[in-house]
Amino acid sequence: MAKEYRTLHTTVDLPYELAFGATLTRFFDGLSEEKILGTRCPKCGRVLVPARSFCPRCFIDLDQWVEVGQMGTVETWSLVSYRYFGMAKTPPYITALIRLDGADVSLTHLVGGIDLSSLEMVRTHLSIGTRVKAVWAKEKPGSIFDIEYFVPVEADSH
Amino acid sequence: MGDRVGIVAVAESTPAIAKENLMDAVYWVTKELLDKVGVEREEVGTIVTAASDVFHSGISCANSYYWEASGGFLKNASRQDADSLFAFLYACMRILSGHFETAMVVALTKGSENPENDTVTSLYADPFYHRPLGINETTAAALQMRQYMEHYGISLEQCAMVTVKNLGNALYNPYAHVRKRVTVDEVLRSQPIADPLTAMQCAPKSDGVVAVLLAREDKAKKLTDNPVWFRGYSSAMDTSTLGDRDLLNGMLSQVARRAYAMAGIVDPSTEVDVAEISEPYAFQELLWCEQLGLCPEGGGGRLLDSGITGLHGRLPVNPSGGVLATNAYVARGLYRIAEAYWQLTKRAGEHQVDKTVHTALAHSTHGFAGQSHTVVILGD
Repeated sequence: MAKEYRTLHTTVDLPYELAFGATLTRFFDGLSEEKILGTRCPKCGRVLVPARSFCPRCFIDLDQWVEVGQMGTVETWSLVSYRYFGMAKTPPYITALIRLDGADVSLTHLVGGIDLSSLEMVRTHLSIGTRVKAVWAKEKPGSIFDIEYFVPVEADSH
Repeated sequence: MGDRVGIVAVAESTPAIAKENLMDAVYWVTKELLDKVGVEREEVGTIVTAASDVFHSGISCANSYYWEASGGFLKNASRQDADSLFAFLYACMRILSGHFETAMVVALTKGSENPENDTVTSLYADPFYHRPLGINETTAAALQMRQYMEHYGISLEQCAMVTVKNLGNALYNPYAHVRKRVTVDEVLRSQPIADPLTAMQCAPKSDGVVAVLLAREDKAKKLTDNPVWFRGYSSAMDTSTLGDRDLLNGMLSQVARRAYAMAGIVDPSTEVDVAEISEPYAFQELLWCEQLGLCPEGGGGRLLDSGITGLHGRLPVNPSGGVLATNAYVARGLYRIAEAYWQLTKRAGEHQVDKTVHTALAHSTHGFAGQSHTVVILGD
């Protein structure tokens, strides 16, 4: 008969202090003022959001700051319903890629303000191409959740 | 390239290592490999190990902990993180440098000891922006899947059929972790994870140790009657910022083209005899098949429907069961090499494909939604 071997239960819990640096600090300061800031590449012309200190494609410095729109178009989305240890958000929630007006890349964020109780309900409000707008949190300490989520807007409201 | 590099032997663990100590399991697989060829540890020129230690083993620099079990101590040898196909290339290059006759690659991950896959993959995300939003390997794949289905008209049933095919293939593979006959309906009705992904469309977390012995051409021919030759390689990685990327047109097409050019392959859809493709999420097998040039763009669903990629089809894809059957995270890539070796040497046993195999493709991916891709071409 096979013997059951012993196991060791252990955890690793380590604190880190990670530097935002100048560019991300300014981007998150912008969020606390209800502004979504990007930087424009003088070579390829793309506006990158969140703001970057350099264009990864052209590999040059970026210092031309622009405020992009608070409305955008959903490029793809997912209703997240599973759970795992250390999960950042409590499900259900919708994660999405949103192309903000005036930006040339997509912002990863949440879609909310709609009934998440079933996929069928979500689908009545949300599909690829749905227009959404930023909903600002009451408290804005300068984090990605200064934008609470993006809410679908009616087709005739923009 | 002057001398060629040949694979002379492969050894793999079975799921039975779950209750065993990982250092022991690494030793057993390494020892089995050397015994197969009749080579002593002292005779092996160099060793490269692949593991991702802090997150996947709970030990910082763990492949230095497992180092003696891999046979690497007191050797001119090295360790590597992330994708084990990088370790494979590293070992090939050390032979091609002319300094080594033989090189051993050992890849290891013991998933059964770890927290859930996405507890670990969440930590790949940058801590300022993506991580608080819950982006991980699975949610990123779900975003990619919805775009893929909508853009090319791929159905949920076609995606689920990849799981049905691959777990069915795994039934015949004694090294595979999840081995069972399932239906499309069962796959689609399994636990909702991140829509459109359900649990059975996502890879499990598995235990796995793989060891591969490589040798310079002359040495390879002395060590075995049927070496498998390294013919082509390429790898590339897209940016980490998810929103900057085209999730339907990443690095894989160009990676494949470069690997085919190195191997002298003009038409992969007819010249590749068997493909082992890393598909941690079922739909990715279809998308990767397109980008590997095994079918036209948008034709991944039709390729699957045609039965061509089945175990006894014209171009079998994942006869091992793929990553959906066995997901020993860092070892994923080297598992593909191992299966390609079994198929090329006709040693796959019950899951040997029903055709002559001269050219095999091994593909690996890691990061979010195929951020990184690696392709290796092997031949007899």
